[in-house]
Amino acid sequence: MNTVMHHPLHCVHHGSCNGGLYSRPFIESFEETPMLVAVLTYMGYGILTIFGYLRDFLRARKIEKCHIAREREEQKDFVPLYQDFENFYTRNLYMRIRDNWNRPICSVPADKVDLVERVSYDYNWTFSHTGRVVKDVINMGSYNYLGFSENKGSCADAVAEVTLKYGAGVGSTRQEMGNLDGHEELEKLVARFLGVESAMAFGMGFATNSMNIPALAGKGCLILSDELNHASLVLGARLSGSTIRVFKHNNMQSLEKLLRDAIVHGQPRTHRPWKKILILVEGIYSMEGSIIRLPEVIALKKKYKAYLYLDEAHSIGALGGRGRGVVDYFGLDPTDVDIMMGTFTKSFGAAGGYIGGKKELIDYLRSHSHSAVYATSMSPPVVEQIITSMKCIMGEDGTTIGKSHRIQQLAENTVYFRRRLREMGFIIYGNNDSPVVPLMVYMPAKIGAFGREMLKRNIGVVVVGFPATPIIESRARFCVSAAHTKEMLDQALSAISEVGDLLQLKYSRHRILPTLDRPFDETTYEECED
Amino acid sequence: MIQTTKMASGQQWVLVEMVQAFYEAPAYHLILEGILILWIIRLLFSKTYKLQERSDLTEKEKEELIEEWQPEPLVPAVSNDHPSLNYDVVTGPPSHKITVNGKECINFASFNFLGLLDNERVKQKALASLKKYGVGTCGPRGFYGTFDVHLELEERLAKFMKTEEAIIYSYGFATIASAIPAYSKRGDIVFVDEAACFSIQKGLQASRSFIKYFKHNDMEDLERLLKEQELEDQKNPRKARVTRRFIVVEGLYMNTSDICPLPELVKLKYKYKVRIFLEESMSFGVLGEHGRGVTEHFGVSIDDIDLISANMENAVASIGGFCCGRSFVIDHQRLSGQGYCFSASLPPMLASAAIEALNIMEEDPEIFTILREKCKHAHKALQDIPGLKVVGEAFAPALHLQLEHSTGSRESDVRTLRSIIDYCLDRQIALTQARYLDKEERFLPPPSIRVVVTVEQTEEEIEKATSCIREAALARLE
Repeated sequence: MNTVMHHPLHCVHHGSCNGGLYSRPFIESFEETPMLVAVLTYMGYGILTIFGYLRDFLRARKIEKCHIAREREEQKDFVPLYQDFENFYTRNLYMRIRDNWNRPICSVPADKVDLVERVSYDYNWTFSHTGRVVKDVINMGSYNYLGFSENKGSCADAVAEVTLKYGAGVGSTRQEMGNLDGHEELEKLVARFLGVESAMAFGMGFATNSMNIPALAGKGCLILSDELNHASLVLGARLSGSTIRVFKHNNMQSLEKLLRDAIVHGQPRTHRPWKKILILVEGIYSMEGSIIRLPEVIALKKKYKAYLYLDEAHSIGALGGRGRGVVDYFGLDPTDVDIMMGTFTKSFGAAGGYIGGKKELIDYLRSHSHSAVYATSMSPPVVEQIITSMKCIMGEDGTTIGKSHRIQQLAENTVYFRRRLREMGFIIYGNNDSPVVPLMVYMPAKIGAFGREMLKRNIGVVVVGFPATPIIESRARFCVSAAHTKEMLDQALSAISEVGDLLQLKYSRHRILPTLDRPFDETTYEECED
Repeated sequence: MIQTTKMASGQQWVLVEMVQAFYEAPAYHLILEGILILWIIRLLFSKTYKLQERSDLTEKEKEELIEEWQPEPLVPAVSNDHPSLNYDVVTGPPSHKITVNGKECINFASFNFLGLLDNERVKQKALASLKKYGVGTCGPRGFYGTFDVHLELEERLAKFMKTEEAIIYSYGFATIASAIPAYSKRGDIVFVDEAACFSIQKGLQASRSFIKYFKHNDMEDLERLLKEQELEDQKNPRKARVTRRFIVVEGLYMNTSDICPLPELVKLKYKYKVRIFLEESMSFGVLGEHGRGVTEHFGVSIDDIDLISANMENAVASIGGFCCGRSFVIDHQRLSGQGYCFSASLPPMLASAAIEALNIMEEDPEIFTILREKCKHAHKALQDIPGLKVVGEAFAPALHLQLEHSTGSRESDVRTLRSIIDYCLDRQIALTQARYLDKEERFLPPPSIRVVVTVEQTEEEIEKATSCIREAALARLE
């Protein structure tokens, strides 16, 4: 029984006991855009477009100074490299608020970070560094969920040793002379961490998807991909040459309909049966903050004999009582997921990606993955960072810092942060347990204003607009970290509230009464033994 | 009352006007209207048909189909003795003296051209960076993942290559594979050399453009293709005005170790108005008086090349890659290079290692001359090995040794070469086979042994290696 409450103003899904599939309440909310806000947002974009045309006209007539880089004189009669309209959005909308992105930092990206101060004297066309540093900005933008991004401590010491012994580079591919003993140790550890038979590590998370999906699916296969999948998954699916069909975000009815249609009708026109069906989903969707409905997806996958590819880029380490990701969060069996993919960038403070699964799958990837044959293997210090941080999470380094200080702290911080933001009256998307918190901003001018006002109050936030999100649903995205203390979160929250009042961002019509601060409730995570 | 009569007369008045217009209209107009009206009537009464023929299956039949359908296994089985399955394990650093499968050997297999993998200064700089920044960057370039080290490395690379701007990527393979689709889209035309490496092929596949291959280093073939395209353009000048054209070549080809004829390419560029993308992974830090690559080697002005892409994993002994060129070209990748925008940035300690490697390259340009001398020495020494032929230029640091007479089956060739490598490993020379994905490569090169010459190898070691290979060939190729 899946109860869905449809309120005219918002939609809250309570997926409790869907035939016993969910062992815990699944609460997510995506409040609808208020009508007035939508109208004003469209108006805002309309005004910006008109001004954009005006400025382009002035630039063409040389009335306004043109800062845009130009083609060489000798190549003026070549076919133009860019169409004018392709860059319209970049020139006229993105340029105005460009100072909110690519902010250079000069310290370790931990709970607090030092930013390089930069100014622009020509409205963001060029930046110059003043030479000063903005110190101790609270970092709500880096993907540092478990706080392993540190330059001191046992992880850093181990990495320092390895750097002096092995150096920084490798100089060869895995299949040639680049397979170090560290790589083999890492892969065994990852397999043990995930609870699967075998695993393989790659040097870049993006490339893990774009190079391995083509090895797994080909012509005659069907890929069912979620609407909001990451660019790497989309690129991998395209490069594979399979047919791609898209189902609505996290919508199990849409997925089931596609599966049924695919099996019953077969390939288009020839009606031959599909060779295999691969479902591509992510653990946590970083733009929405939603968690995949994994129990239902696995039930569907088993019923229709499809294969499941789970991309846990944001959820590994960040969800679950033991930090083992979304499978652990729902209390499911890791062998049910055919291909478990993830990255080491977010929760382990390193770089790279991995794929875990059955031994046949990993053997096949060792011999047929593009990365193993053509791409340089992972750098030894990075490998060591992953090994030490993973051992810390598993508790094998002899301490309980991993479990108690990091995983528990992250869960507490997430629940607290989300609750306070909702109480203040902001529209927050996503699941209650996801450490990625999108806060809706909607209007184009407020995107820039929010980023700048928060920086004035010494909080670094990430704002996202078109084309990463739909055009009227621009948002600010916070990444809660285990390294944040309650004081830092309170400081950030008061600044957010102040800016929210200043910019009138508290759109939510669904007011929650503020509850008293109660101590963290242990029953949020089921007791499980390691 | 008055109103309705007024309306009625108004209507009548309109009717009179219509009848008048009917009489005054030209004949063809009336005939055309008549045909249109008849066509509409026909369409209204014709049978409707659906675009996709969906047979109406009952629910029971659908359930049966779902029950019966069996997918293929997710991956085909791989036998345990597949040649690509069992990797050689390197214990310890992959430097000049390398321990492979437990044996200490001299390294003739890693792309460590300038010997910087083991350099103390590089390691110390990486260590200092680690103590300041930690390991990972925890974000893409757009979201607090841009460090001052990245900006410094980009400036230094641009200065070194004497271009306006440079952009760095966190993975060598992804560099050219993200750069090509950022500029070349559906409908554009790309002329590529047949021997282009796999990352270029993936970039071309992602771009969805028309790909035209020309024979390896054959400028006449390329000119023929360009002339054909010119004829096509004259037939359709409007389309030709918006179709971008590119030539993608490598400086030193990884698959054949020879050099591209860059001056002729530049002539063709201006004659047929095509842009050149140059991939310099194997020639950056190798060719040219100061190590600036094939443009310096030939004395071609760097502004004539639209984009130069290289990875920092060979001569620079770090991880990652970069593209350099004019700001007009490079700045576009900051918003549309997929591997740049959607991926975490390069760990700062690896960027610091690359900066220090650049420092060493700038301080001591002699090493490039020394490297080229050693390559020539090795190339000469490897001639006249019975059964094996050397493929590659004399000054290329990564050579291929191919079988002179193939047995006919690629599998047995691979096994033979493997036995030669095992023989050499037993005698402490580390070599490796050049690996390819047999089914994915467009023009699969023949199996070969990769021999890499580095600045750290002494003449004796090169002599030892070549005599070892000679013995192995005599022993294993009868």
